[in-house]
Amino acid sequence: MGYPHPRHPRETPVLSEHFGDPAARTLAGWKARGGYQALEQALAMDPVAVQNVVKDSGLRGRGGAGFPAGIKWSFMKPDGKPHYLCCNGDESEPGTFKDREIMRWTPHALVEGVATAMHAIYAETGYIYIRGEFTEPLEAVTAAVREAYAAGILGANAMGTGRRLDIHVHKGAGAYICGEETALMNSLEGKRGNPRIKPPFPAVAGLFGKPTTINNVETLTAAAHVVRRGAEWYKAMGRPDNPKSTGTKLFSVCGNVARPGNYEVTLGFPFKDFLWELCGGAPDGRRIKAVIPGGSSVPILTAEECEAVFMDYEGMAAAGTLLGSGGVIVFDDTADMPRQIARLARFYAHESCAQCSQCREGTAWTTRILERICRGEGSFEDLDTLLEIGEQMSGKTICVLSDSCATPVASGLRKFRHEFEAKIGKKQGKAFVPSAYPTGLTPAAAGSAP
Amino acid sequence: MTAPASPAAPASPPPPPSTVRLTIEGIPVEVPPGTSILEAAKQAGVLVPHYCYHPGLPVAGVCRMCLVDVEKFPKLAPACATAVADGQVVHVHNEKAKKAREGVLEFLLINHPLDCPICDQAGECELQDYTFQEGRADSRYREPKRFNPVEDFGGDVLYVPNRCILCTRCVRFMSDVAQDPVLNVSERGDRAFIGKAEGHDLTHAWAGNVVDLCPVGALLSKDFLNKARAWELDRSASVCTGCSQGCNVVLETRDNVVVRVKPRSNTAVNQYYACETGRLHYRWMNRRDRLEVPLVRGEAGVLVPAAWEQAIAAAARTLAAAPRLVVLASAGLSNEALYLLSRIRGPGGEGVFRVETGPEAPLAGAPDLALRADRAPNGRGAELMGFARHDQPLAALQAGDTLLVADHDLAGLDLAALDRAGEIVVIGTTLPGELVSRVAVALPTCNVAEEEGTFTNLRGRVQRFLQAKAAPGEARPTWSVLGDVAEAMGRGRAPMLPADVFAALAGDHPAFGGLTYAGLGLRGLPVLDAAPAGGTS
Amino acid sequence: MTYGPSAGAKLATTPAHGHDDAPYQPVFTGAARDELETLCARYPSRQAALLPALWMIQEARGWVSDGAVEEVAQVLGVSAAHVRGVLTFYTMYHQHPVGKHFIQVCTTTPCNLCGAEDVVNAFLRHTGCGELGVTSDDGRFTVIEVECLGACGFATPVMINSRFLESVTPDAVPDVLEECD
Repeated sequence: MGYPHPRHPRETPVLSEHFGDPAARTLAGWKARGGYQALEQALAMDPVAVQNVVKDSGLRGRGGAGFPAGIKWSFMKPDGKPHYLCCNGDESEPGTFKDREIMRWTPHALVEGVATAMHAIYAETGYIYIRGEFTEPLEAVTAAVREAYAAGILGANAMGTGRRLDIHVHKGAGAYICGEETALMNSLEGKRGNPRIKPPFPAVAGLFGKPTTINNVETLTAAAHVVRRGAEWYKAMGRPDNPKSTGTKLFSVCGNVARPGNYEVTLGFPFKDFLWELCGGAPDGRRIKAVIPGGSSVPILTAEECEAVFMDYEGMAAAGTLLGSGGVIVFDDTADMPRQIARLARFYAHESCAQCSQCREGTAWTTRILERICRGEGSFEDLDTLLEIGEQMSGKTICVLSDSCATPVASGLRKFRHEFEAKIGKKQGKAFVPSAYPTGLTPAAAGSAP
Repeated sequence: MTAPASPAAPASPPPPPSTVRLTIEGIPVEVPPGTSILEAAKQAGVLVPHYCYHPGLPVAGVCRMCLVDVEKFPKLAPACATAVADGQVVHVHNEKAKKAREGVLEFLLINHPLDCPICDQAGECELQDYTFQEGRADSRYREPKRFNPVEDFGGDVLYVPNRCILCTRCVRFMSDVAQDPVLNVSERGDRAFIGKAEGHDLTHAWAGNVVDLCPVGALLSKDFLNKARAWELDRSASVCTGCSQGCNVVLETRDNVVVRVKPRSNTAVNQYYACETGRLHYRWMNRRDRLEVPLVRGEAGVLVPAAWEQAIAAAARTLAAAPRLVVLASAGLSNEALYLLSRIRGPGGEGVFRVETGPEAPLAGAPDLALRADRAPNGRGAELMGFARHDQPLAALQAGDTLLVADHDLAGLDLAALDRAGEIVVIGTTLPGELVSRVAVALPTCNVAEEEGTFTNLRGRVQRFLQAKAAPGEARPTWSVLGDVAEAMGRGRAPMLPADVFAALAGDHPAFGGLTYAGLGLRGLPVLDAAPAGGTS
Repeated sequence: MTYGPSAGAKLATTPAHGHDDAPYQPVFTGAARDELETLCARYPSRQAALLPALWMIQEARGWVSDGAVEEVAQVLGVSAAHVRGVLTFYTMYHQHPVGKHFIQVCTTTPCNLCGAEDVVNAFLRHTGCGELGVTSDDGRFTVIEVECLGACGFATPVMINSRFLESVTPDAVPDVLEECD
């Protein structure tokens, strides 16, 4: 069973092998576990060869979008400009806490992955951006970087190859949106964490206007393993009938679940086995009602829908949802879905960067309607309004925060509409009196009871 | 200002593909590569509704109002931030795009106080206009509205956050154009507002432009606050008289009173902007202590009102009899007036003027644009008409000289020199107090808001201004009065129209050769020897 | 809790207490200045050191005052308005003084499912704060709800200043507070 529980035999520990083992945190401990062999190997290779290994392995971005990592790296050409690598350690998607464990238990694994990627993309400087709330991972990674410098692994003459590799740890300060790649770059540049309009894409003009590659913590850590153990080894893990999703993936499990934690399984693992066998299902003999499988921004699945799903990019898409960041949020039969969805909307309203009109206003409006419904002051029109607002919030903004708010609301409303309807017109104690709002040509949006 | 072409220019890179062809709303257009869809649409005569985009500012792409449907694109694209591509087919007014705009408008209005009846922007508000055109008829918002108090941003600017749509035009203007970044977006989500660091006010010489740039009623001019409704205003194209830059402006009047000066775009002169000095340089146009009737000193030695014919005859007589004529001209007179003055002056006379000066205040992000040290619109024109600039122009007076004061209020002059003057004639908008007992004839004229004509700015650009209001009393256009006086003196026929004066002027002065009054349009043209920056001393 | 009309954004910045009128004493002198310069050397622009600089201010002073905004702006060569815009974007910076122990309880959906709101209430009760965002009378505690702390499997995570606690239950709150000096 995943960390912090004893490992389940059906897990495939690659990234999580040393979770919970304090000895793996130090440079000596990491080297004793085979650390820095990947980097040494990579530095002896041509950057394009490193790109190709990762390309061949089929490793895809683990931050949520699933873009093939090797292809992303291959956009970086030796053009004489300074290149940057950004490591996205801003993990803040509700339900996701895998990068945190990588960083606090195996910080050297990350440093090695970052350094390997830097070599592959012709970068001399890399920044590891870690969210400010992650005090322990920040300490661990900072210490690892310091050790790596002291040991000559980083610096002007990395591992004696003459190659310059500088890695700096950058501490965030509380903003979910900084997990969006261009927002992270703005944040690193000392600006508000506003996502940028694309194009230009980071590979053309990213951090400080220079060609930049940005990868998630898990992606970079996995890349080091790929370099060391080869593309074939990595490719072999996954559903045989789905070559598009390869390797292992960390899944964070939380909410109403018997054994919350991080589980590492090969992509394509049956979701049903995962939920009930590995994670133990709902706690205290209750039943699972719903699951958000890929971090809070993806469509909600009912328990029944989870049964035939494979845990990879294609499998989740086939079920009408997304693999996302691999944050699995479980709701059991005691969960009040409208209330929890309202809470989720509130999260997005709090985190909207305020640039795009739809997101700035829409997330807050959605939240207020949902909270009013939860107070028993809702109306049936509100449910339609929510869906229409969600429609207007989707696919129209610079980044996808707006869509991320609308998605769980829309799928929650579709799949658990009865729970919302049950709250309408049921203000305890007294009948709900709608505010005297001028209604003009439209029927009063009052709490018209069913 | 254009750099002279270098004879040995370095080998230029291969020319990029010259144009891109696309179709916008069924209209084919051809534009240079890199043009945004929004700008290309303008060329096709299609307005893509927008808030945050402004041609003078870096693209932000945040209001999402300009989303257009580009065929083969998976999602709607922001027209301001999407470059044109060959063969693109763009729909601005199809259902999909209109629906998206309706959504944006609804979002922008949910927390808006809808206080148009007391909002200065009403009538010239893009939120109002687009909502009227394509917004919903009702609101579905049932929740309490956000409220933030009005804030004084310093300078001439008030911020009403409840009306703000966070388009960030003001922030971008201050940081990228004024390059005095005192504004920011503070907080985030729907709590966000335009903020200002403690102790840093909007006191930049060009800060008032944020009020014009604001597409809604969130940034207001204190000077114009609650003064007039936008639809009551009459607007006339004019040229700012605050300095020698010659910014193109609009004079806005209500009931024959100038109530506001706004910039009029002219990329050759002032882009889209006007400075604070220029904006507030209009109250004098409404002065009530004007010279309103012609005055002639009668037999009893007192000034008495006279009919125009008699007054002009008296003036001509006095001027023609001058042993030597010194013309003290204002640098605020039009080219036409100065030209006619030079006729009256004749070859034996002397023409002088003085220009008030003040500190120069450039607008850093705009090319060759500043509040100029010379605080008068037509010093350059005066020089071209043969007038000499002096700090103390009255020093030119010799004992017994006749002095013609042409719309000069004598401010800043050493008046002791007046004692040397023989006869004095005043042709102007006011009769300076110091001259009441001395003047032989005083002829009332219109001020710049009351007549039309041209100015020549410091770069030699000749620009027309139009009449914005009626003159008081019997005052007549300066060119008309001067033309009659010149004719009465036997120096040429009186012109019928300002265009006649300009034609004569262009005939006499080679620098103006080839220019015609009509040809100047409302954005002006440069004189032939237009010197580059700082060319003339 | 209601996601209400947010008059708060501007009105609530007036601190309840803790302002002093003494002239601002710069933070970036001596060793702190050297440390900042070391940080600046990591980036091609001084502006990039803005977040680290604000962290240094907050560590030294507990919050970021208007004076500190001016100092950071001046030291990094950016405008005070830019610093303020950044300061107010990131929720971990304090725009006004807070209690000695700043307690952030995660209440986002995954933790909420596991009873995070009971943990918040326990903190409010045992600290004497009574209300979210209010500093206790003795100035020792401020309790706020925070959005996802990124430790959802360890519901309910709580941050007390830079101390990160996992799996806090309402019953554990008195002991947790006991450890705050």
